[in-house]
Amino acid sequence: MLELLATHYAYALMFVLIAIGLYMMIANQNLVKKVIGVSLFQTAIFLFFISMAYVEGGSAPIVPAEENPGELVVASPLPQVIVLTAIVVGVALTAVALALVVRIYAEYGTLREDTLTEVRADE
Amino acid sequence: MSSVDLVPVLLIATPILAATLPIALGLRFDRVGWSIAVLTTTGLFAATAFLATVVYGDGTTVTHALGDFPRQYGIELVADELSTLIALLVTGVATGVLAYTRTGGPRGNTFYTGYLLLTGGLLGLTMTGDVFNLFVFLEITGLGTYAMISSGDGPESAVAALKYLILGTVGASMYLLGVGFLFMATGTLNMAELATALPDVEGQGETLVRVAFAFVFVGFSIKVAQWPLHTWQPDAYQHAPDGVTPLIAALVSTVSAYAFGRVAFTVFGADFLATTPYASEVVVTVGSISVLAGSTLAVIQRRVKRMLAYSSVSQFGLIVAAYGLVTETGLVGAVVHLVGHGLTKAGLFAAVAVISVSTGARTVDEYAGLAKRRPVAAMAMTVLLVSLVGIPPSVGFVGKWYIALGAVEAELWPVAAVIFLSTMLTLAYAARLLEKMYFTPAAPTERPVPPGAAATDGGSPVETADPDRVTVGMIGLVVVAAVLVVALGFAGGTFYDLLEPFVEEVFN
Repeated sequence: MLELLATHYAYALMFVLIAIGLYMMIANQNLVKKVIGVSLFQTAIFLFFISMAYVEGGSAPIVPAEENPGELVVASPLPQVIVLTAIVVGVALTAVALALVVRIYAEYGTLREDTLTEVRADE
Repeated sequence: MSSVDLVPVLLIATPILAATLPIALGLRFDRVGWSIAVLTTTGLFAATAFLATVVYGDGTTVTHALGDFPRQYGIELVADELSTLIALLVTGVATGVLAYTRTGGPRGNTFYTGYLLLTGGLLGLTMTGDVFNLFVFLEITGLGTYAMISSGDGPESAVAALKYLILGTVGASMYLLGVGFLFMATGTLNMAELATALPDVEGQGETLVRVAFAFVFVGFSIKVAQWPLHTWQPDAYQHAPDGVTPLIAALVSTVSAYAFGRVAFTVFGADFLATTPYASEVVVTVGSISVLAGSTLAVIQRRVKRMLAYSSVSQFGLIVAAYGLVTETGLVGAVVHLVGHGLTKAGLFAAVAVISVSTGARTVDEYAGLAKRRPVAAMAMTVLLVSLVGIPPSVGFVGKWYIALGAVEAELWPVAAVIFLSTMLTLAYAARLLEKMYFTPAAPTERPVPPGAAATDGGSPVETADPDRVTVGMIGLVVVAAVLVVALGFAGGTFYDLLEPFVEEVFN
């Protein structure tokens, strides 16, 4: 177990981050902090992808033209490309979420979920 | 053949590109959004129909490698028997719902931008042959849906949209995690390549694949609204504008359920589901519980839209349970039920919208005596409710029949019992509505102002009911849905024949 943690600490760290993000989403009453939680949750997954692509002693996945490419050790480029796409999606999501938060604040005058529930129940 | 290859790309690219037009042209002209949306979706429907003639007529699978990159590097778009059927549903419903939004729905050019973006996302979700690309389209669909839900007048819709956004993001991210594990185990993201690589994975890799399946399943459970992860759906459906609900209720969760079936059967494969301990059991259990919980919650609702939303939870539970049966008949039943339920719900929510526009009725009690006031809408609604319950001849019956048959084949008697029980519960809430519409005289007193209408923004959001606002198109949409639901009820054998090549491939 300890050995596994010592060699795979990056993965463990990512999952701790994911858990923190999830917890923020669930337990925090503030809507903006909830959105931060969503962001953290997603970013942790992106980091997971990046750490997955890491190769011990590998270089950046740019293959020089003259050298023998067969002997080159490089990090896998595919997860990095994937994460780039996912980041774009994540930014769009955060933007939409914040826009909704702004609208909710304008209508109800609160950012706290518990107050929001009360206000809505009163109507 | 070369021209057919382009159709899947055009199906995705056209709506997304066309989505820019309403905003761009909106700078000059006032109301071009609707016309652009109609032109685009009609064109898409025609293209899908053409694609269907090739896929079903010649029995070929149309694939397109984007940018001519081979499978290992590039993204494939695949139109096979299953995805073409779903694409037909998507384009058909997207075209039909526009008949309502012409005068009834949210107006404005930005609305139609969202509409087209959502259609493009859904078609991409249907056609893609790449698990990561599926995630991207899942998020595009999600973004479109959040925007559509929040386009309502009241502030409630913003709250519902934010709730859906947070839950939907978690769902899509869970799926992405699953994709990460799949990639770790096999090193590829293409569905066809994964399908060949996964059975050879051994040792530690096997654990990775199982973890991947768990994450994918949980992710899709949120997107498909399985109990207890369904909580976003009733809010979202209830608070979305009337013109939007038919679209998202008919398509968004349906296409997610399709995507889950695609990943479960094409990528993981029937063998994986059958041999992995507890995999199919968990899927069946989650589905069955959703069926019961959804129907029970639907029975106790007072608002019609909310009731139908909970009914969706139960119907999707049936589909997920049918996936878990891992039999040929069950899979065909799941797909038929997907299409049938999509059409039924589109028609039902459109009928609800028509009724609330013309009479202001929103709760079950307010539906009293409706058959006299709006006979056509009430009639169509009756037919659609009958299909929802699963009384022949209707497409709802065909789907349920195949699923039940699959349950019997798999000798999973509890599932058969659940299907029977849920039919009873569905009958309970459908009959309540029918009874109100046909046999309860309309209340003589003045209808109170519906609660929930926001008081915070001046208290003007409740539009006054006006029978003249119902156009021929609105009624036509509801009637066409009702007719289609019955007509497809006779097409059980045809469905089976159409899907047989796909099912054969999955189970061999």
